Amino acid sequence: MYTTELQKHPSKPVAATEPQELIDAFEARVAADEFIEPKDWMPAAYRRTLVRQISQHAHSEIVGMLPEGNWISRAPSLRRKAVLLAKVQDEGGHGLYLYAAAETLGTAREEMIEALHTGKAKYSTIFNYPTLTWADIGAIGWLVDGAAIMNQVPLQRTSYGPYARAMVRVCKEESFHQRQGYEIMMCMANGTPEQKEMAQDALNRWWWPSLMMFGPPDDESPNTAQSMRWRIKRDTNDELRQHFVDVTVPQAEFLGLTVPDPKLKFNDKTGHYEFGEIDWSEFWNVVKGEGPVAKERMHDRVKAWDEGAWVRDAAAAHAAKQHGARQAAE
Amino acid sequence: MTTASSSTGHRSDPALFDYLLRLGDDSLILAQRLSEWCGHAPMIEVDLSISNVALDLVGQATLLLDYAGEVEGKGRDGDKLAFHRDALRFRNCLLVEQPNGDFGQTMARQYLFSTCQRLLFRGLAQSTDARLAGIAAKALKEIEYHADWSAEWVVRLGDGTPESRERMINGFAWMWRFVDELFQVDEIDAAIAKAGIAPARDSLRAAFNAELKKTFEAATLPLAPLPAAILGGRKGHHSEHLGHLLAAMQFLPRAYPGATW
Ligand SMILES: [Fe+2]
Ligand SMILES: [Fe+2]
Repeated sequence: MYTTELQKHPSKPVAATEPQELIDAFEARVAADEFIEPKDWMPAAYRRTLVRQISQHAHSEIVGMLPEGNWISRAPSLRRKAVLLAKVQDEGGHGLYLYAAAETLGTAREEMIEALHTGKAKYSTIFNYPTLTWADIGAIGWLVDGAAIMNQVPLQRTSYGPYARAMVRVCKEESFHQRQGYEIMMCMANGTPEQKEMAQDALNRWWWPSLMMFGPPDDESPNTAQSMRWRIKRDTNDELRQHFVDVTVPQAEFLGLTVPDPKLKFNDKTGHYEFGEIDWSEFWNVVKGEGPVAKERMHDRVKAWDEGAWVRDAAAAHAAKQHGARQAAE
Repeated sequence: MTTASSSTGHRSDPALFDYLLRLGDDSLILAQRLSEWCGHAPMIEVDLSISNVALDLVGQATLLLDYAGEVEGKGRDGDKLAFHRDALRFRNCLLVEQPNGDFGQTMARQYLFSTCQRLLFRGLAQSTDARLAGIAAKALKEIEYHADWSAEWVVRLGDGTPESRERMINGFAWMWRFVDELFQVDEIDAAIAKAGIAPARDSLRAAFNAELKKTFEAATLPLAPLPAAILGGRKGHHSEHLGHLLAAMQFLPRAYPGATW
């Protein structure tokens, strides 16, 4: 997921120097579902974890513009072009709200972007897969935004106020993203044989990476318990993944497409779908930066940032001159 | 050439059809160019603004080309016109098809286009053609923003640092030769102007020049006489760039003619 903990090792325990009564008061507020605000006292580890999670979420939104941006100039109708442009623009906006939320914790946007570009910070594994046909744009909206919604809806009640409020704004836009994706899939699954083939091929390629988006299984997520206690995560990876499969499989059936999992079957007793084993070695390779187009994604981000440096410098220089001129006039 | 009176009659009016293509293609091709920036802009805020402008332009193109199709009366809609015409049938000006270059070049193109488009659409909003007047009035609100936004960037980059100043100058240097085309009046423009459908483009020139002078002063940039004009876009004789742009844009509908998307 955009926010999945991608660290394999447990976080450092709370520093011993933090006064116990402050920690207790903080934990009590969080347990009572109160929002923590930027000026409130918070444990250093909570701040650190939040910066990592929110900035990773922001990076995912920004890097996530690239796979879909790849098809804007080839969108097959004026309406599809407008919808996709609006959708990708929304993702940029999400990135912006999230960087702003993370900045309230005392880390500058430039610093976070630097961490992304040097590989220190992660982003969602899903964006390291290529968009090969127009059906991929449908599959991303349907599956990737569908998964993002499941992750983000509970985060509207996350303990850190600015993050929760950013999620409220983000969630308002996500259902449109999912709908436009599913609509593309509908069109193609009911279209010509070639379109149907593209739709099935897209599902085949995006299904497993979408399940991986929810992160490693619970028994390999050492920080889940702490994050849930801090209310910066509200459901476990496996719970969210199961929910996603339960909701999505009937949607695939409605499209007349086949989910690429021979072990998939509905369990009447549990009321849930059982599904096959996820290839976790693929997941960890992608986390390590070895996804199919990871190099292309980082190349594009770094290039945009470096080539934009003179623009940002000029904007700052002009603003400083304006400021100086105003001061001189006063 | 169509007479003024038949230019207001709409159905199968070749002059009005061609004129609407000019307007619609300008918006469409510039939108296509701007959307190449999406995800690659110098900062997120700029990425959002550029997509916004591109989105407005796609909206304008849709309304204008749909209307063009109706005027033509052969059952073509905006999509058919956008995706199933070859370069010789496109009527956009050469300016909008120019490559993005760096951000300075993109802003030079945007500033020149939006400044002219604003003057034109102020006139179009008063058109004797009610449908076009409605489209123009809606678009004008967007265009006012595009023109102001790009002028602000011209000033910022012109005045910013020595590097940004040089890039802004170079960006304009690429575009100057295409400015005259924006103000050309041929027999179609003349017929349309005579019918009160649109202002004659040459009548916008003085206001455009005044605007340019004002912006360049604020940007501390030098203004020199324009180089020789390169023309041809309105007759379908484009730059080498347009064919490539269309190849990408039209690929899917062309490769799968029977499909709907
Ligand atoms: Fe998003
Ligand atoms: Fe989204």
